[in-house]
Amino acid sequence: MPDPQRRTALFATAALTIAALAAALPAAAQPSPAAASATPFKVGYVYVSPIGDAGWTFQHDSGRKEMEKALGGKIVSKYVESVPEGADAERVIRELAQSGNQLIFTTSFGYMNPTLKVAKAFPKTHFEHATGYKTDANVATYNARFYEGRYLAGIVAGKMTKTNTTGYVAAFPIPEVVMGINAFARGMKSVNPKAEVKVIWVNSWYDPGRESEAANTLISQGADVVTHHTDSTAAVQAAEAKKVYAIGYHSDMSKYGPHAQLTAVTHQWGAYYTKAVQDAMAGKWKPGNTWGGIKEGMIRMAPFNPVVPKETQDLVNKVSGDIGAGKFHPFTGPLKDNDGKERLAAGKVITDADLSRMDYYVEGVQGKLPTK
Amino acid sequence: MRIRLEPRPEPSRLAGWLSPLIAAAATLVVGFVLFSALGKDPWQAFHVFFIKPVSTLYGVGELLLKAGPLMLCAVGLSVGYRANVWNIGAEGQLTMGAIFAGGIALAFHESTSALVLPLMIVAGAAGGMAWAAIPALLRTRFNANEILVSLMLVYVATYTLSFLVHGPWRDPEGFNFPQSTMFGDAALLPNLLPETRLNAGILLPLAAVAVGWVFVSRSLAGYQMRVAGLAPAAANYVGISAPRTVWIGMLAGGACAGIAGVNEIAGPLGQLQPTASPGYGFAAIIVAFVGRLHPVGILFASLLMSLLYLGGESAQMGLALPSAVTGLFQGALLFFLLASDVFIDYRPRFGGRRRAARR
Repeated sequence: MPDPQRRTALFATAALTIAALAAALPAAAQPSPAAASATPFKVGYVYVSPIGDAGWTFQHDSGRKEMEKALGGKIVSKYVESVPEGADAERVIRELAQSGNQLIFTTSFGYMNPTLKVAKAFPKTHFEHATGYKTDANVATYNARFYEGRYLAGIVAGKMTKTNTTGYVAAFPIPEVVMGINAFARGMKSVNPKAEVKVIWVNSWYDPGRESEAANTLISQGADVVTHHTDSTAAVQAAEAKKVYAIGYHSDMSKYGPHAQLTAVTHQWGAYYTKAVQDAMAGKWKPGNTWGGIKEGMIRMAPFNPVVPKETQDLVNKVSGDIGAGKFHPFTGPLKDNDGKERLAAGKVITDADLSRMDYYVEGVQGKLPTK
Repeated sequence: MRIRLEPRPEPSRLAGWLSPLIAAAATLVVGFVLFSALGKDPWQAFHVFFIKPVSTLYGVGELLLKAGPLMLCAVGLSVGYRANVWNIGAEGQLTMGAIFAGGIALAFHESTSALVLPLMIVAGAAGGMAWAAIPALLRTRFNANEILVSLMLVYVATYTLSFLVHGPWRDPEGFNFPQSTMFGDAALLPNLLPETRLNAGILLPLAAVAVGWVFVSRSLAGYQMRVAGLAPAAANYVGISAPRTVWIGMLAGGACAGIAGVNEIAGPLGQLQPTASPGYGFAAIIVAFVGRLHPVGILFASLLMSLLYLGGESAQMGLALPSAVTGLFQGALLFFLLASDVFIDYRPRFGGRRRAARR
């Protein structure tokens, strides 16, 4: 048995040694400056999870790369991945601002208050926060109308289900997720009035084990089309293994479910990022509140699986065109919740304010919303 | 040639001093190979990792801010670990502390009384202790394994917090997003160093180190805890109560972790969110062992751990390294620090046929 007393505080040596060694390093002090003649415009990104091969952060990083490509050598972008929401975020955002990034994208809801705090300390830097609701003189928000894609996904699911039961693996019961479930149910009901969707909450954005378990539970309850509002590819993979259909989310996940994936609701941030950076470079940046959808190219369906009949594909493309042209809104009355209460009269279109505080299930969704 | 490890007759003082140096040297070698292989200048990488994060006053503030909860949790845990009481659930006790203190902050939201903050600290400690009391009770009454019970309770605590911020304590103005309102000023720790985020909360971990040192080195109870850990049979023989050891070990860990939870929500967070800690309770287990379960060792270990976190971020920003690589480097350093300690109780033998025969 070691005697801890004898080895008191020896640890200090380790810390000091490392510090001393690092400090003594010759020429270590200055990172070599970039060879560029004109100083490029610097853009920073904060990601909540690792970039990986698919999912929320992967799509943001693809957008970053697209923007970098479009703007050639005029900009330099940096990112920090796996930054937890909470106390750490403020430091990372601040460091990015401190090190001269002129436009900073913070890509998770939990970065809202830290972004605002840092923005106050750096009034000349522009900040863009994804999915939040608070803005400031130098803080804009941006988000996508995920529900538009969900409605289209619902049409595909409604046409393809044989059991009239579909499954939805969902993260947290916040309005963004709830409106996606509701849009999916409405799309499904529009082509198949008998179909219903079952929801399982996993209370995590990223937990492949539980996502997969939830998908398997839904499949064993009869769901033959599953979709998900979580970050991993687990639900699509579970569907592939059980030989049922799936609809991917965030990214095209056909690689993970070549037979299962019918299509996917994908997020496309590249064009938005390119425009925001261009505006900032030209001094035209404004602290707006962007909520773009199919029309703006922020939401796009992945290529259809060949098993989806041509007429269904055509129908989806037509509705997609109508949504893009502003001729149709997935939440057009009559809109009833799943207790039968009317939420929107016939012919009325839901307002953005009502959408962003949606806290009920519509007809076609089974069960009750948690926390109600 | 064969290399064997042979037990030393008694722990080596020299190896105790050399061990961190060996670890540092091994880490530098690994870092050198790793960064060179990735096409980065290793010297610049070391600089970005260990120097750049603390080259500004703001950076020093961040270092202390992040070391605080690690220090608190690790000091508390080490009390039990020395007596072979394995509390793995500091993360849950921290969360429970945050819930209790957060409840106070929300209940007295309008209050401007100077008593709100002390009350939160007491509530936080009580919350952490209550959570740690469950595995202590089950262990002393039913001999249930405290490792499993304390670990499982982490999930219960996390979901309790999640339930509260999704439901009863949700900010009514917050568009249904899962978080409480921002606390009033009376419930926030005052800033200690202008231009940084360092708040008065850092005084609590430092106090815990001091109290921990007195307990370990100068108190009878501390001595008894150590005996119970080193030689349980002897401890039993001289009448040191085993249940008492378990209770002291668990409650010390729970109280410290609970206060760490208060520091997080009354400090940089300023509200309750679905998670109160990015894993401090678990990281503190490593910190406790890297600090060799001694309060002063833990003081330095928590600073190093905090520096590793900051260095990892700094390397992503300064060197465009993916977080997986920074994690690999951090892991290597911690591994070498813990592994080098083997030479304190064992010595390597090269070949050594004759000696083996003699024993």
